[in-house]
Amino acid sequence: MSQPTPTDPDLPAEVAARIGAVQYEIQGDFPVEQGYIATSCASVENGNPLFWDPVVAEAITGGPVAPPTMLSVWFRPHHWAPGRTEEALPLQVHFDLKAAFDLPEAVMTDNTIVFHDPVRPGDVLTTRQILRSVSGPKTTKLGTGRFWVIDVEYLNQHDELVGVETYTGFGYRRAA
Amino acid sequence: MTAAHRTRLLGDVQAGDALPELGYDVTATTIVLGALAARDWRPMHHDHDFAVHRNGTRDIFMNTPNQAAWFERYVTDWTGPLGRLGRMQFRMKGSVFPGDHMVFRATVEDVATDATGCGWASLLVTLAVAGEAKTDCSVRVALPTTAEDNPWARRGDRWLP
Repeated sequence: MSQPTPTDPDLPAEVAARIGAVQYEIQGDFPVEQGYIATSCASVENGNPLFWDPVVAEAITGGPVAPPTMLSVWFRPHHWAPGRTEEALPLQVHFDLKAAFDLPEAVMTDNTIVFHDPVRPGDVLTTRQILRSVSGPKTTKLGTGRFWVIDVEYLNQHDELVGVETYTGFGYRRAA
Repeated sequence: MTAAHRTRLLGDVQAGDALPELGYDVTATTIVLGALAARDWRPMHHDHDFAVHRNGTRDIFMNTPNQAAWFERYVTDWTGPLGRLGRMQFRMKGSVFPGDHMVFRATVEDVATDATGCGWASLLVTLAVAGEAKTDCSVRVALPTTAEDNPWARRGDRWLP
């Protein structure tokens, strides 16, 4: 799916072992819902009638669908939930790598999204994360750290692939 | 489908075509609304002090999923609702901050029909501020090949994004 950066042959064994492994297969906290679709469209003034007019959605897509680029929205955890004692983080593999290399800051530099079957209100999505590569140490204008590539696969409740996102992250420590 | 909705057919498009420009004045509300709409609660997208003192940026800045939503809106404004996104790849070169006037421009790089008969336009979209590209986005979008064709009807091995 991705164009990984070359993997550092000298990675710590516990990080190297994660490359290619399926991690964090989780179900979304809630079904895909129309209110969030409207909020997302409003945030970018997207007037596509597929997302606002049920008659158009029925004619073109056989019923309501979500904007394809909302894929990642459906698996971000709530900011708070009763009984939760640890902060829930999206794209946990990314945060695991920050911790593994003791890199306090991080940015995403590249993002590829491939869209498969449409996502519809009521769908319950499952995601899984796959680390594809980790570079050796690099220095950029932000600081010194490492690049990594992570795939996130999304499936609906029928196990149909609805999309794949590939992220390139750069975890770094700012220059003193 | 109601007649009022624009339908851009594959035959209407050629490599080298330019899409109409979209300009937008970004405010703090744009950034915060976009982040929360994407369920992105991270403070660099709503907390000025955190963005400046922890991230080393000059202000809060637009998050990646919201940029994707802007690119989708820009492309489907052009295609009409029958346009169906297949693939989007973007590279962030710089951040978008409150006070920026962002401008979206795009050109058609290629027009093709795949082995299943699905029509595709490949676009290079640029989000720029003050003439400086902040994000480049390559988009592959399916367009109907005839007035009767509907890319959204494709499933399984007839959809090759």
